Amino acid sequence: MTKKKIGLTILGTLVVGIFAVVALMPFFFLFISSFKPGSEMIRNGLQFKFDFENYSLVNYGLIKTERDGIYLKWYVNSIVIMVIQVALGLFFSSLVGYGLAKYRFKGRNLIFVLVLMVMMVPVEILILPLYKEINSFSMIDTYAGVVLPFIVPATGVFFFRQFASGLPTEIMESGRIDGCGEFGIFFRLMMPIMLPAYGAMTILLAMGSWNSMVWPMIVLRTSEMQTLPIGLQSLLTPYGNNYDLLLSGAVMSVLPIMVIFLLNQKTFIAGMAAGSVKG
Amino acid sequence: MPKHDNNISRTSKIRMLKVAPYIFTAPFVIYFLVFFIYPITSTFWTSLCQQVGFAPPKYAGLANYKLLMDDYFKMAVQNSTLYTFFTCLILIPLPLFLAVLLDSKFVVRAEIFKSALFIPALTSVVMAGLFFKYAFSSNPAALMNSFIGLFHIAPQGWLEKRTTTWIVLVLFCVWKWLGVNIVYYLSALQTVPKELYEAATIDGANAWNRFRHITVPGVKPTIIYVLTISIYGGFSMFAEAFTLFNSARTPGDIGATIVSYIYAQGFNRNNFGIASAAGITLLAGVMIINIIQLKITDPVGKRND
Repeated sequence: MTKKKIGLTILGTLVVGIFAVVALMPFFFLFISSFKPGSEMIRNGLQFKFDFENYSLVNYGLIKTERDGIYLKWYVNSIVIMVIQVALGLFFSSLVGYGLAKYRFKGRNLIFVLVLMVMMVPVEILILPLYKEINSFSMIDTYAGVVLPFIVPATGVFFFRQFASGLPTEIMESGRIDGCGEFGIFFRLMMPIMLPAYGAMTILLAMGSWNSMVWPMIVLRTSEMQTLPIGLQSLLTPYGNNYDLLLSGAVMSVLPIMVIFLLNQKTFIAGMAAGSVKG
Repeated sequence: MPKHDNNISRTSKIRMLKVAPYIFTAPFVIYFLVFFIYPITSTFWTSLCQQVGFAPPKYAGLANYKLLMDDYFKMAVQNSTLYTFFTCLILIPLPLFLAVLLDSKFVVRAEIFKSALFIPALTSVVMAGLFFKYAFSSNPAALMNSFIGLFHIAPQGWLEKRTTTWIVLVLFCVWKWLGVNIVYYLSALQTVPKELYEAATIDGANAWNRFRHITVPGVKPTIIYVLTISIYGGFSMFAEAFTLFNSARTPGDIGATIVSYIYAQGFNRNNFGIASAAGITLLAGVMIINIIQLKITDPVGKRND
């Protein structure tokens, strides 16, 4: 390597490194703060000072004890909602995406345009009428109310359509010759070869569900029914003195995802980027 | 399904072949009608009505749209537009630059940096909001104030003034999405033929010219895609502002966005009519942008096969 090349390598790594450090900074500071009384952060903000002798695990104890373990209830709610949402979302969006990709029928292009339309309209515009609708179904404060308006995720349909388009049609033909019905072909022959797509979509949908805030905040009214993001947000009230749980709770809500991410970085990145399978 | 029913009925099978696609796609069609068309129609109708809470609506023509012309809504539209503009201004070129850098031989251990930059995308807005709220605390000893203190800038009450509030929100957005956009660009960069660079180098093109005439045209579809999602995300931003202020309303409406306006009018004040009029206005804006975008990229035509 020439001197110039070494210099450029140091410079390049340094530039990227600075951005990487900034990207990780919030985790570092919240993690450090989670060992100190929450009121300190609320009053003084996050500071660049480390008084390790005052650190304790008190905040982490609150995860089990605060209001009879309300935090663990939020955790369970988040997991249940995520599992239902991902399972149903995968099932329906793969069904539709496959149908759009592998059959030629009247209305196919129209349906695809409608999928694109749903993808392009921010759901935030619809929160009010959706709320009224879910209310009229008597589904306020239920898991069903959270999941139902997103039961056929358009991004998923789009993704599965793209993926299925690239699969060989001969498999379907040979399935038909073997006497398989159209649904048998889908469930027995196509689903297994679509596994990579299911993997990527699982991550995208699961992350969306785990972190979603606005819609669950509207539907889930009582504290016992809430998910992690809204539960934690509710600790920030000016009247509350639950700031200690806020910090340990935030750390614990993101820790499992970090671990899973670090173990499967490639799959994760591919999954999160799956929304962009364009062109 | 039995294996030897070939001769049972050919016709029923052919019929099934015709019906199957409609059954496969039916969930979406039903979903579309119930959770898309119905809510939009109902919003449109409500926007033309005087309605408070769940009381029966009364037709009121364009009254709600006229009421929209207040300072609060103007502030919200202005904020959302400026936010979208500045996030696009940063989140389109910066990740491209970093992606090119990560893809070059001038970064050692690029994989580690890629993962580190991606991690913010995994967090909830609530958790990230905690950091931004308290790192940008008005306390002179807080992170950001002590950082700008290094450059002899006086401590700021970041979330008390409009300009600084939006600096925080733009930084929040850049922090969260930088890594994702880098990943988009990195995968696009793999599709640009390496021979083009070699040929250009032989012809004496310098790094900037290679970037401008080979890289940028090569990743153009991704640039358009990133632009689209940035516009989408920009105009629908709400959760970030909500977590910073812990409310849809902010003192002096400095943190108002179009969606927080809809939320506050609808859920805090029960002005469903005005909230719906704001929703329809936003929808119209989004639709116009999308139609322009569809005209340029033509996804249906190209992806038909």
